[in-house]
Amino acid sequence: MMNMLQFEAGVLEKLNAKAHWVWRETLKIHRQSQETRVASSLSAVEIFVTLYYGGFLRFDPANPLWELRDRCIISKGHGSLCMYPILADLGYFSVTELEKVCKEGSFLGGIPDPVIPGYETINGSLGHGAGVGAGMALGLKRKGRNQSVYVVTGDGELHEGSNWEAFMFAGQHRLDNLTVLVDNNHISMLGPTDEIISHRSLIRKFDAFGWFAIEVADGHSVAAIAKALQDCRREASGKPSAIIVNTRKGNGVPGLQDAPLSHVAAIKPDLIDQLIGER
Amino acid sequence: MDAIATIQPKAMRDTLLLSLYEAMLRDNDIFLVTADFGSPVMDKIRADVPQQVVNVGIAEQNLINVSAGLALEGFKVFAYAIAPFITMRCYEQIRVNLALLSEVRPMNVNLIGVGAGYSYVVSGPTHQCYEDLTVMRAFPNMRIYSPADQVAAAELPGRCLSSDGPKYLRLDAQVLPVLYSEEPPIFANGFHEHRNGGAVCLLATGYMVHTALKVADRLMASGISVGVIDLFDICGFSEDLLQSVLSSYRGIVTMEEGFRGRGGMDAMMFDYIVRRGLDLRMLNIGVEGGYRFELGERHVLHEHVGIGVERVTEKVRGLMKSLSA
Repeated sequence: MMNMLQFEAGVLEKLNAKAHWVWRETLKIHRQSQETRVASSLSAVEIFVTLYYGGFLRFDPANPLWELRDRCIISKGHGSLCMYPILADLGYFSVTELEKVCKEGSFLGGIPDPVIPGYETINGSLGHGAGVGAGMALGLKRKGRNQSVYVVTGDGELHEGSNWEAFMFAGQHRLDNLTVLVDNNHISMLGPTDEIISHRSLIRKFDAFGWFAIEVADGHSVAAIAKALQDCRREASGKPSAIIVNTRKGNGVPGLQDAPLSHVAAIKPDLIDQLIGER
Repeated sequence: MDAIATIQPKAMRDTLLLSLYEAMLRDNDIFLVTADFGSPVMDKIRADVPQQVVNVGIAEQNLINVSAGLALEGFKVFAYAIAPFITMRCYEQIRVNLALLSEVRPMNVNLIGVGAGYSYVVSGPTHQCYEDLTVMRAFPNMRIYSPADQVAAAELPGRCLSSDGPKYLRLDAQVLPVLYSEEPPIFANGFHEHRNGGAVCLLATGYMVHTALKVADRLMASGISVGVIDLFDICGFSEDLLQSVLSSYRGIVTMEEGFRGRGGMDAMMFDYIVRRGLDLRMLNIGVEGGYRFELGERHVLHEHVGIGVERVTEKVRGLMKSLSA
């Protein structure tokens, strides 16, 4: 378990620096592969940085399917371009692969698949991660194992009904080794999620399904996400956890951030050069 | 025949689940997931090995996804539900988390679908299943087992446990006559030749094997001999051995309790015959006329849609006439 004081004293700066590096690298990948979905990747940067660099996940890049690893399912497959620099940085594959994203012969596609070291499951088709994660969590429990399962979804993705079948199931079976993080960037493909099918209160929904649910007001604060993950570990005994992480789609990119159609928008290379130069 | 006569007729699901139960007692890594679908044997399994069973409720999408998750953790999983629901309600989950994912991860998930064809006779078309062979054979790595009796069904858990990958076990819901003695069919071949002789061979699967045998009896009564083959391993039968068996025939009749000309067993055999360059005239017996809502006994419904004993006998006679013309 992470020591909070130690975290505040030293790790926080490292995490913030890492998040900034991942943000820049994500933009650089998008510069060379304009067909990638960059806006929903930029909203999730701090979620993944906190999980992977904050000491919350046990993993071994030299042995991606290490039996004692914690499982992290990236259900919002389109929006995980930012995972490529993270996995390369951690040693799952060479950083030189980042120059080949979406190029012929590369294993790093626009939507990641489990042929990429570090990815657990198939992604891209939405609404699958929670159910598969629940099955893994049940399997780990029935085997008496103490590994945890984390699932990262988007808020638009939660329109898929299969998620709610999984949430009912996980609540019923008290899968307290399962944590779902919702990248709540409030924008789906064709506009604000609230204007398509409003989730109203995700906290109340998860609570009604028997989950321990908390909200992170600023989803671009690694400290706030880390605190939420710690709170879940401390308080969610006997229940699965849901963390509603309020983020901004296209975070940090003028014209893209919070734009209703940002999901399918590309950032012009000149703007990327300017942004990388400025920050 | 004496050995067959001593076997008490049971539903396929009961003999299959009994085999599975015995395997589960020996192997803690076998998991049974049900979508709130049961049977007396299921009750026994739930009572005796509760740690290896879970009921996801009436939620087939989650049935598949939870099964996939358990399989990724090393369990050998049997998922159990009504045939149309375990195949079509959750088709995309099967595609993504079983068919696709099993290409890159070792997974052993076996879908047990009860209620092939018209076997839920009075429940109507929602519970009947005439499309499953078509949709499930679309997955290039899906193994499909379609047994014709309880003895063959009881063999399936052992087969499934011995190999990874996604599989669909298509069971009839009714208690059918026993076809095999205590000595089950040889699964390595994927088919069993019940009758041989004559110019035409009836190649049937599931319930239609029983229809084929009745048709063969009728024709024999008028001095005409036909072959009858039970094809139970739809995608994995021995192609060479079947070709050898078919070499003595001039015509083949495919018989399935599914829509005719919609990509089921008829399309599969067409592909086989063309690919192998076999000189065979083919007649396809399958459900005609689309969805129906009439009530009636199964054999009567079968006559309505062109797959009953009377209609098939008539069509086979027609094929024979054209062969001799």
